[in-house]
Amino acid sequence: MNGVKLYFHYLSLHLRERMEYKKSLLLQLFGQFLVSFSLFLSIYFLFRRFHSVAGFSFSQVLLSFSVVMMAFSLSEVFFRGFDLFPQMLGNGEFDRILVRPRNTVFLVICSKFQLDRLSRVLQGVITLVYAIPRCGVDWTPEKAGVLALMILCGTVVFGCLFVCGAAVAFFTIEGLEFINIFTDGAREFGAYPMAVYGKAILLFTTFVIPIACFQYWPMLWLMGRSENLLYALCPLLSLLFILPSFLLWKLGMRKYQSTGS
Amino acid sequence: MEKSAFRQYTTLFRVRFLAGLQYRAAALAGIATQFAWGGLMVLLYRAFYEADPAAFPMPLQATCSYIWMQQAFLAVFMTWGMDASPIALIRSGDVSYELCRPVDLYWTWFTKECAYRLSKAALRCMPILLIAAFLPAPYGLRIPGLPQLGLFLLSGFLALLNIAALGLLIDISTFFTLDATGVRSLLTAAADFLSGGLVPLAFLPAGFQKVLVLLPFAGMENTPLQLFNGEITGADAAGALLLQLFWAVLMIAGGRIWMEKALGRVIAQGG
Repeated sequence: MNGVKLYFHYLSLHLRERMEYKKSLLLQLFGQFLVSFSLFLSIYFLFRRFHSVAGFSFSQVLLSFSVVMMAFSLSEVFFRGFDLFPQMLGNGEFDRILVRPRNTVFLVICSKFQLDRLSRVLQGVITLVYAIPRCGVDWTPEKAGVLALMILCGTVVFGCLFVCGAAVAFFTIEGLEFINIFTDGAREFGAYPMAVYGKAILLFTTFVIPIACFQYWPMLWLMGRSENLLYALCPLLSLLFILPSFLLWKLGMRKYQSTGS
Repeated sequence: MEKSAFRQYTTLFRVRFLAGLQYRAAALAGIATQFAWGGLMVLLYRAFYEADPAAFPMPLQATCSYIWMQQAFLAVFMTWGMDASPIALIRSGDVSYELCRPVDLYWTWFTKECAYRLSKAALRCMPILLIAAFLPAPYGLRIPGLPQLGLFLLSGFLALLNIAALGLLIDISTFFTLDATGVRSLLTAAADFLSGGLVPLAFLPAGFQKVLVLLPFAGMENTPLQLFNGEITGADAAGALLLQLFWAVLMIAGGRIWMEKALGRVIAQGG
């Protein structure tokens, strides 16, 4: 079986498994929707009071909110296996993966699809549909393309962050809570364009953990605040983050010793 | 409760508390995470403050103190960070072993929940408080006078009772639904928002606030933190404390009755 076919085979297995418990899936979909809805509510109420922050209006912040929400949730649907990876190391499940004739990263990706997060993706779509006509962008096909790039590349960057978190577990065996500030933290705080937090945070999220590359910089270009094409292509540059993430994974693999359980 | 029975729970509390203190590496990672989280929150509110200082419902300094106290005592206040073991016991059926013990199940789990949260907070609060207290003026933590500290301790204790009682209600609901993830994530997310866990309640619209302060959730986080800040004073403070006490008693009483009902339904199948 080739890789693509195997991937869809795994996906359909997970899908059919979840469909066996439809009520539970529905409840969880609903729950996930409401959980992230409270973040939306807090933004809404803050804007009823303040109307703008760092030069961004409510609808413009919603653009950032929906891009980050969709990117994060999509990568939770498809790359969640890495988030559960510390448990996999702890209970010896990873040893079973090592003996299979496939790439380890591929098999970890296939080990889990978190389908209940699709409702968060839906929430991102709804807020995006609300924000698109109101955020003061003159939409053209190129701009729509950049918006799609922001979501896609964001998904990959969050996926890479999950890989980094998993790779750290090779050294510590236990998961590290600190990685949460980059994953959950990026989801919560990435709801606002990164420039809101000041220059130091903006630089950090541009050159170290490239969150701003798929929200703040391309948004400047979309809103016509900058003509610099580099800003529009920033999402593509953020894909460079794949390199250090997989280097870390390779390093961890070399260090790997089974826990023996 | 007679004296020997009470001692059972204080001993259980001590054991669970000491057990919780063992996870020092996890605590270190937690401290770093919470410090970074608090820092970003402060930067966010600074940006809103710069956008429109007149629209700020409370001083920026008080808002920053709120954020740092919230991060320092996150383990106590976070509604979603419950002790997961009772739910696991119910789901696996091991709860029948618990029922064999000559202790009251409600108070056992209640004690465990409190010890779990307090031990986590005890490990984490000091470094965060210390660093935050030395940050430059409006962005750091401002330590208030003794009366406010006393009110905070009292109200914080009542908040812990309220949070533990809510946690027990969620645990007990597992007896009926078996799948707690739905109810749990819904209720804890709602409580997180309504208690002032995401935004201090003062930032919400005035009409909404009037309702929220009466609900049990405000007493789980907003009340102790605003007493600390001196944003609630005088008769309001007394009223807020009484309301916390009222909800704690009501939720504990309700939880105990509900648990009786739930335990009446439990059938141990053996095996």
